[in-house]
Amino acid sequence: MARINLQGIAHSYDPDATDPIYALEKCDLTWRDGGRYAVLGPSGCGKTTMLNIMSGIVTPSEGRLTFDDMDVTEIKTAERNIAQVFQFPVIYNTMTVGQNLGFPLVCRDALKEAIAKKVNEVAETLGLEGLLDRRAKSLTADQKQLISLGRGLVRDDVAAILMDEPLTVIDPDLKFRLRRKLKEINEFYKSTLIYVTHDQNEAMTFAEDIVVMDRGRVVQIGKPKELFERPSTTFVGYFIGAPAMNMFEARVTGKNVVAVGDVEFATETDLSKTATENIKLGIRSEFIELATKKTKNTIQADIQRVDDFGNFQLVSAHSGQNAIKVKVKREIAVPGDKVWLKFPESRCCIYADEALV
Amino acid sequence: MDLIAKGLTYKPEEEFHLNDVSFGMQKGELYTILGRTLSGKTTLLKAIAGLVTPEGGRMIFDNQDLGQVPVWERNIAMVYQQFINYPHLTVFDNVAFPLRQRKMDESVIKGRVMDSLESVGLIGFESRKIQALSGGQQQRVALARSLAKQAGILLLDEPLVNLDYKLREQLREEFRNIFSDRVSSNSILIYSSTDPLEAMQLGGDIIVLDEGRVLQQGPAHEIFENPANTRVAEISNDPAMNLLPGAIEDGKIVISGDLNLPVPAHFKSLTPGTYIFGIRASDVSLDDKGLPFKVELAEISGSETFLHVQSGGHTIVGLLDMVQNFDAGDVVKLKMDGAKLYAFGQDGALISSPFAGGF
Repeated sequence: MARINLQGIAHSYDPDATDPIYALEKCDLTWRDGGRYAVLGPSGCGKTTMLNIMSGIVTPSEGRLTFDDMDVTEIKTAERNIAQVFQFPVIYNTMTVGQNLGFPLVCRDALKEAIAKKVNEVAETLGLEGLLDRRAKSLTADQKQLISLGRGLVRDDVAAILMDEPLTVIDPDLKFRLRRKLKEINEFYKSTLIYVTHDQNEAMTFAEDIVVMDRGRVVQIGKPKELFERPSTTFVGYFIGAPAMNMFEARVTGKNVVAVGDVEFATETDLSKTATENIKLGIRSEFIELATKKTKNTIQADIQRVDDFGNFQLVSAHSGQNAIKVKVKREIAVPGDKVWLKFPESRCCIYADEALV
Repeated sequence: MDLIAKGLTYKPEEEFHLNDVSFGMQKGELYTILGRTLSGKTTLLKAIAGLVTPEGGRMIFDNQDLGQVPVWERNIAMVYQQFINYPHLTVFDNVAFPLRQRKMDESVIKGRVMDSLESVGLIGFESRKIQALSGGQQQRVALARSLAKQAGILLLDEPLVNLDYKLREQLREEFRNIFSDRVSSNSILIYSSTDPLEAMQLGGDIIVLDEGRVLQQGPAHEIFENPANTRVAEISNDPAMNLLPGAIEDGKIVISGDLNLPVPAHFKSLTPGTYIFGIRASDVSLDDKGLPFKVELAEISGSETFLHVQSGGHTIVGLLDMVQNFDAGDVVKLKMDGAKLYAFGQDGALISSPFAGGF
């Protein structure tokens, strides 16, 4: 296992064009040895390009890639010691589970005893020990994905295991099992796992650290809780969480104060240095409180509808041009038409030109 | 009742796809068929559409035996999981297709097509080719085509399941508004889903289907509050309701050695004996005075954390607000809210609910 470093890496599929379009814009990024990461973003955000650069399928048009202190930018995939798991299980159907797991070692001319020992150990970790003599063909999709993963684990020289949407073909009931297994494996083998997905739930559940990408750029790297509570751009606020973060056009009216329409909100953000006119106030629907009367940081809104989701109610309201969504507990009685909504100071995020201040 | 099904049965091989399915539906209403994968949802919709012929039972629509009406004469529209459109046609021609098949007047067609495109927010896309659209837009075209038919029965078979997460969230809200604003009082809308939240959000009635059987039918909140049995309690909650076999003895609820709870007020009439106790994940919360559990996994869904924990061989799931971090092996203290407990009999039937008599 190794620390993986991207130094000024950027990639354009047409770098010689006069005004090249970058699938991945210049980034500097370090993947900690033994870390459990997700790369999250919508389709076309550049996440697969980033993964392909690390695996060697794509040579970046700019920058250097190092594994520990070795420069691997120009080194071929086969010589990079990277294991990969794809959307669909890639296994040898005619081989047994044991033969599948041992195959990378056979290819490296390892000793028979050493192979058997390693295969048994990995099979046990993956919960496949009872299936070693079974034909791989007869297994369920999640077991097959475990084998793809296991082939990465049998090798001691793997720098990282890269996974591209590995749960796509897995039944919802089995996803839970596989997710838990992936975490256990990361803890047991201290292997660097990098998991690419467009699904925020998978990313947030799997990863210690999430790299959020949007239109070729890394927009935030953080723990799930940080992404949820302090999204660093308006895009992250929209993409993470259900419903998306409430966003309101605002203007700065004091050192810590913004106004939405004619309602002022105190915040904990120092706004004295923000010069732009493009200011937004963001607040999660979970953090908005229902109030009975006008107090500090409240706004009056017309309730449009209240949806009973069973576990909670989602209130959809309007204040002037602004749509506001508020999540409230099921037990709380929501008033019929007008309501005061309180935005706690500490929960207000201010965005200048779409970036968190 | 405008659509009545009586004893529909379909068993192509060893297993029932539909097993004695009966229900009644009224025009102007929305019905959600809620069930897990392979529960028979698609088969049921296909049977209504006439694409599957049940071996037993019958369906009456508008006082007419549907079994006597061939597929092409049934006044029914269907939207599928996959985005099914005519790839070589424009958006307009896709939506107009079934109307032209019926040799309707071109000026009437134009009005209906534009009207349904407006409903789904695709005005301005009329002359686009299908391939130039995103998945969400393609599914909107399919919905517009089914709306334009102004069919007596509109069937939607998990129409959002193949869309990515954010788009699903957005379309779910749009669909619901379209259904409440645009679907006439002359249509029955039948929507199938595996997702309890989706069923709750759509409102209307829910029919819970499992292994080809109807387990319960009723308004969404009624299914949520008073699930008829343990299986409905599992299917109609995400995560599934926690079910813990135990007993009421010596004035306590005993689940296992360490897991004891006081008997809540609404259980007072229950006699001592064995039960299956149910509690929703959202009624399990972190509490310093709670019972100790070991964390297996914390799953994050949208803005919530599903905490999977275990104790004494029992695995339960707690649904915590917001995004919270836990590691496998952490010990947490959890409180199960006694006032929210359900009791089911050994046969799984509901005996006591926290909502009984409350509504």
